[in-house]
Amino acid sequence: MSTNAVIKLAGIHKIYRTGEVDVHAVRGVSLDIAPGEFVAIMGSSGSGKSTLMNMIGCLDRPTDGKYFLDGLDVSTLDRDARAKIRNDKIGFVFQGFNLLSRTTAQENVEMPMLYNHQRISSAEQKERASRSLELVGLAQRADHKPNQLSGGQQQRVAIARSLVNRPSLLLADEPTGNLDSQTSIEIMGVFQKLNESGITIVMVTHELDVARYTKRMIILRDGKILTDEKVSERLNAEEELKKLRRAQEAVKLA
Amino acid sequence: MRFLAPFKLAARALRRNKMRSLLTMLGVIIGVGSVIASVSITTGASKQVEDKVASLGQNVVTVFSGNFSSGGMRGGWGSAPTLTVEDSRAIKNEVENVVAVSPEIRDRSQILANGLNWNTQVLGESPDYPQIRSWDMADGAMFTESDVRSLAKVAIIGKTVVDQLFVGDEPIGHTLIIRNIPFKIVGVLESKGFNLFGQDQDDVVIIPYTSHMRRITKRTFVNSIMVQAADKDSITQVQNDITALLRDRHKSAEPDFTVRTQLELMAMATSTTRIMSVLLGAIASVSLIVGGIGIMNIMLVSVTERTREIGIRMAVGARGRDILIQFLIEAVTLSAAGGIMGIALGMAAAKITSHFTGWPTLTPYAWIGIACVSSAAIGIISGFYPAWKASRLDPIEALRYE
Repeated sequence: MSTNAVIKLAGIHKIYRTGEVDVHAVRGVSLDIAPGEFVAIMGSSGSGKSTLMNMIGCLDRPTDGKYFLDGLDVSTLDRDARAKIRNDKIGFVFQGFNLLSRTTAQENVEMPMLYNHQRISSAEQKERASRSLELVGLAQRADHKPNQLSGGQQQRVAIARSLVNRPSLLLADEPTGNLDSQTSIEIMGVFQKLNESGITIVMVTHELDVARYTKRMIILRDGKILTDEKVSERLNAEEELKKLRRAQEAVKLA
Repeated sequence: MRFLAPFKLAARALRRNKMRSLLTMLGVIIGVGSVIASVSITTGASKQVEDKVASLGQNVVTVFSGNFSSGGMRGGWGSAPTLTVEDSRAIKNEVENVVAVSPEIRDRSQILANGLNWNTQVLGESPDYPQIRSWDMADGAMFTESDVRSLAKVAIIGKTVVDQLFVGDEPIGHTLIIRNIPFKIVGVLESKGFNLFGQDQDDVVIIPYTSHMRRITKRTFVNSIMVQAADKDSITQVQNDITALLRDRHKSAEPDFTVRTQLELMAMATSTTRIMSVLLGAIASVSLIVGGIGIMNIMLVSVTERTREIGIRMAVGARGRDILIQFLIEAVTLSAAGGIMGIALGMAAAKITSHFTGWPTLTPYAWIGIACVSSAAIGIISGFYPAWKASRLDPIEALRYE
């Protein structure tokens, strides 16, 4: 047992007891994710990947099994304790961006710091939010509101928000689901860059193209791990973008 | 969460829906406004009544003689020949805490002066009378004890009598004829206006009670005795002692007199305004409750609308109580802002009412405080359920909400 794993799942089960039939969504998943990994969790709908994602994100508790996040058993924590864990250790990136509307990028990024347990001065909040936005290349758009930003830019703001509390884990749920292919590659580029700087990323997706930018691919079926292997022929977002641009220029020339 | 942060959040959320926030506040504005306006008007009215009662004099206890009845005809209070000048002397000498006494004889007469005539109230009083009634002389001086002893033919007159008989003339030194007897005018009273019962108190001629009894009415009894107690606290004691003394003096099984105090009069007079203020207050509170329901309604809508926002906040680490506080503060901000505007509106409404009707209005500071506290309380009460509902949302469900 590697104690330094960011995520350690041991025999995780999730059973939804709604109505007459019990729904056994996750049936015994065990899994270790070490610091610095970039993992894609894949599977068709109904495979249990969203349920697993919610448990990894501490939004939900497993019915059975143990979950250690950063060496800490979080499988039995109550609502408030899980909220604190989410605030401290997990950064969320969603498919629908989930930014607060009519609120500037800067304020959106500052938002998680409102709920920190130790107080952060508003000067430091501003400073940290600005640095986060810089990291995703949006420093000059800090005072724009979501409706003044493109989808890719909105997702970058969401990534900046997820990083602002310096989490141990970045959790992305279909982060490219609402984006066109070029923007998707750009966002994967941001993830690759962040991962190179040492941030652990777990991403749920159903697109194989997107999964190929990660380092490790886990495929779920019927609530169980079907395969768990290293990504062969890993794509590099920068190169893919260059290729794409060349292709576009070629079309224009022709 | 930091102390000021939720207030900033609330202000931002409310600014986002300016029109809706204003309309929601309107309920509280109207509620608080009507409370403040009705309190201002009724307080002004009772202040006016109290002033009128106070114009009767300072700490006055009045003894009326019993009612006179003869062969089935009943004469009403003050008609029976039961009170005498000796009674009033006994009250002055024997009852503690009595500072002034004036036996009173009342009569209406046609009076003549300056070639004009006028029908007015002629009172026989002692020199203590102006002190008992807290009634100053505008000109000249009150007759004296020696005038009383010598049955002097002197009179002081009220403002209305001056206006009727001495238009643009100096009345002091003139002769006033009451039932063919000439009296010399030695003083003029300040104007006192109408009393509680709408009578013109300035339409009066006052002469020594002895002169009245011997020269005019030829009576041996007095209608009533006005007594001034030393202070407010001794009024009841004076009342009780007078009752005991007169029962003893008159040796009658049934009391043939009545002792009334200013306190009783005050209670009777203010009971009407008190009923009015309770009634108005009740109506105003109902509108305040309606305002609170409006806030609760809008907060419930707001929570539903912002389910996703709540989900996002929870996902990044907001606890249930952070969400609860956020929505609660929004509700309180709404109602407190409405309350402050309502106070301004209520005071303005009272001023406008006062301007057009001439009623005196008065806004007690205590009620401004009460309005502030109760509007904040309404925010807490009506905001609590929606805020609690928001805080119980499941982040997974909330994030999925479209």
